[in-house]
Amino acid sequence: MFYREAGQFKTSYAADQQIFPITQDRVGVLLILAFAFLAVPVLFNEYWLKAILIPFLIFSLAALGLNILTGYAGQLSLGSAAFMAVGAFASYNFMLRIDGMPILVAFALGGLSAALVGIAFGLPSLRIKGFYLAVATLAAQFFIVWALTKFEWFSNYSSSGVITAQEIEILGYRFVSPEAKYLLVLAIVVLLALAAKNMVRSSVGRAWMAVRDMDVAAEVIGIRIMHTKLLAFAVSSFYCGVAGALYAFAYIGTVEPEGFNLDLSFKILFMIIIGGVGSIVGAFLGAAFIVLLPIALDVMVQEWLSGFLSPSISSNLQLIVFGGLIIFFLIVEPHGLARLWQIAKEKLRLWPFPH
Amino acid sequence: MGFFFEVLIGGLLSGVMYSFVALGFVLIYKASGVFNFAQGAMVFAAALTFVGFQELGVPFWLALLLAFAVMVVLGILTERIVLRPLVNQPPITLFMATIGLTYVIEGLAQGVWGANVRGLELGIQDEPIQWLLEATDIGVSKFDLFGAGVAALLVTLLALFFQYTRIGRALRAVADDHQAALSIGIPLQNIWRIVWAVAGFVALVAGLIWGARNGVQFALTFTALKALPVLILGGFTSIPGAIVGGLIIGSTEKLAEVYLGGYVGGGIDSWFPYVMALAFLLIRPEGLFGEKHIDRV
Amino acid sequence: MSGRHIGDVILDLQNISLRFGGVKALTNISFDVREHEIRAIIGPNGAGKSSMLNVINGVYHPQEGTIVFRGQERRRMEPHMAAMQGISRTFQNIALFKGMSVLDNVMTGRITKMKANFLEQAIRIGRAGREELEHRRKVEEVIDFLEIQHIRKTPVGRLPYGLQKRVELARALAAEPSMLLLDEPMAGMNVEEKQDMCRFILDVNDQFGTTIVLIEHDMGVVMDISDRVVVLDYGKKIGDGTPDEVRNNPEVISAYLGVAH
Repeated sequence: MFYREAGQFKTSYAADQQIFPITQDRVGVLLILAFAFLAVPVLFNEYWLKAILIPFLIFSLAALGLNILTGYAGQLSLGSAAFMAVGAFASYNFMLRIDGMPILVAFALGGLSAALVGIAFGLPSLRIKGFYLAVATLAAQFFIVWALTKFEWFSNYSSSGVITAQEIEILGYRFVSPEAKYLLVLAIVVLLALAAKNMVRSSVGRAWMAVRDMDVAAEVIGIRIMHTKLLAFAVSSFYCGVAGALYAFAYIGTVEPEGFNLDLSFKILFMIIIGGVGSIVGAFLGAAFIVLLPIALDVMVQEWLSGFLSPSISSNLQLIVFGGLIIFFLIVEPHGLARLWQIAKEKLRLWPFPH
Repeated sequence: MGFFFEVLIGGLLSGVMYSFVALGFVLIYKASGVFNFAQGAMVFAAALTFVGFQELGVPFWLALLLAFAVMVVLGILTERIVLRPLVNQPPITLFMATIGLTYVIEGLAQGVWGANVRGLELGIQDEPIQWLLEATDIGVSKFDLFGAGVAALLVTLLALFFQYTRIGRALRAVADDHQAALSIGIPLQNIWRIVWAVAGFVALVAGLIWGARNGVQFALTFTALKALPVLILGGFTSIPGAIVGGLIIGSTEKLAEVYLGGYVGGGIDSWFPYVMALAFLLIRPEGLFGEKHIDRV
Repeated sequence: MSGRHIGDVILDLQNISLRFGGVKALTNISFDVREHEIRAIIGPNGAGKSSMLNVINGVYHPQEGTIVFRGQERRRMEPHMAAMQGISRTFQNIALFKGMSVLDNVMTGRITKMKANFLEQAIRIGRAGREELEHRRKVEEVIDFLEIQHIRKTPVGRLPYGLQKRVELARALAAEPSMLLLDEPMAGMNVEEKQDMCRFILDVNDQFGTTIVLIEHDMGVVMDISDRVVVLDYGKKIGDGTPDEVRNNPEVISAYLGVAH
């Protein structure tokens, strides 16, 4: 309501190029951040924090990473989960093998390791496009999971590659309670999201979109295709890597390579399709949707249909609903929830006088 | 040396099995430009439907017919609900839609028939051919040979169908150029429905062979993942490519597992075909038999 | 065209031949472009005009021939290096970035001039932020020049064809090129749009001294605005000179002008 820009005149390019040029957006984002940092830890119980909000934030970060690569740079990847695995296992090993390694540095190094692996598996994108490339990213998915399982050094010689993430401790404070973990994850995700937003509205983001929209023209303008694509792979994998590290350290605790399987990669892809391909806020909307949907379905099946359906049906129902929604969004709103949100805003700008 | 040949032949024959699934991909891609990720789910659904009907006491041939009918209906529904609204969308969008379709088909099939593993009996044993084993010391599975025979028959049938029937000619026209085909009065949507039905049939045959070998279970959907490197190698538009690609992938995969796998702890068949296909792509991006594409500005 | 004087040769193409497999697109073509001039390439469809432009900015690599740009012979050059050297271009079929706004499209034209790396851009303090502002100012000048202020924030996909062509020119101009390659800048336009585009081309040439190489089908326009014209037919050069000379060249008349346009 009252989402109106009337009267907000920009008198300088600086004002026009702010991260959120519209006052309502600025205020809205600040309110949401204040709520997330101050109110959520108090208002929500342990179940919500542990089972919904923390995974939501972590998946948002992974979806953000994939969206940079797929939504902005136009390179479809089916291997996001593998890059998360690299981040998780690398962080674990940095913590394990280097005494006194600060955990945040370990997360960053985990992300950087994922970025390096991402560059390696991004190299084929210089020669191949479209679903040939998508299939090539499957090579990353299978190879990485296999390598992490087979080479026991990665998991410190535990059976079948299972690792238990170390405790998070920063400057003597131990992040044990769900509230503390939530706040840490939130801070990291917010910072990285802002960085992503800044990148996509700067020349690097424009270069990504140019390569996505028409690579020949992009090259003629002076964009170095190789550099631009590999940078997208690196940044995207970095985000996925950090998400993977948080997944292991702040969410699950004990993970195995098989946990980062193709299904998880698809789930992250679904998040950006439903949330909005090529949109930062879309990554968050999509992640929220995919995290909440199974829970909502379970509740609905138990509440209304428990008499008719066996409990095992609900996992199949989930598959059908997931798949159906993907098709639905691709057909009806290829730009996802983010686009719906934008339309709603445009409607609100004119409300209550739409003409 | 006998062992080498045994591995090689075993690999070639299992490569034929990959070709089965790849064939379904090629058919749909040729006719509609859709890279149908759901082909693996279709293999699973077809086999599960067949076994499901058999369990209800339906005789073999009738179950086969019913399963085929189900696949035809599935194809028609897919065309109507998924493909038609997405006409003229970028191929990558259609590809993602078929990932969604994969989930729907998997959910439906398991929802209707249940998720437990079933056996499937075709009456052919998975055991070495005795006289060949005695004569040459090379073990070749009867069942694999049977699978290869079915594949040969299927490819011949498809080739004849494409070459000599009116529908086949229309299909080839559509594959060449949608617009041109439409303009001379070929009903595109009918063609797509037929192609999906044929792909459903191929999925059924693949599902029976794979199911008889490994049991009818969810893992059948992974046959799609096996078929992808085959497609990259053979090119998305070539039926001979699917066969040759399958043979190459099948044999090198087995040889690599036997001769290299030992050094790295085994299990490399999950990714080796992909890495090989990838290496190949970098040298020849359009695949063995694919058409070369020149960017025009 | 006051105050403009045509300078020395800045681009010299000698004996260019280009083949695709067995198909000869260009055969033994030589011509030069002088600084500040408007040079037209004309010829019937399939004459090799677009191929010629693609050779100049490195999209295609000719099998034979030499290209000397600003006194330097170049061997194999990739398109982005041509852009770095100050060669911009537009395309026959509009090649805008469909998912981006007009402003963003034009901003991409300045990409070779932006120095901040992606980390600076991610944090957006210091150089990266300043740079965005400086280049925005430059881009706004181009937007003013081409009179597209009102569509600044519109996604280019929603614009009519004539405006898209203009945005594409804006993107090319944003790079402040010393040489501008225009591939049929007026194709598919109505008379008014053509007049506008002519005016912009002449103004660019006049005000910024930009050398312009253009392909155009509208003979009236070509003869009016170009200083020299090269005529191609079936990948061979059949005429070269001022519009008057070309008009009276018998070979040109029979190959091209004979078929009234």
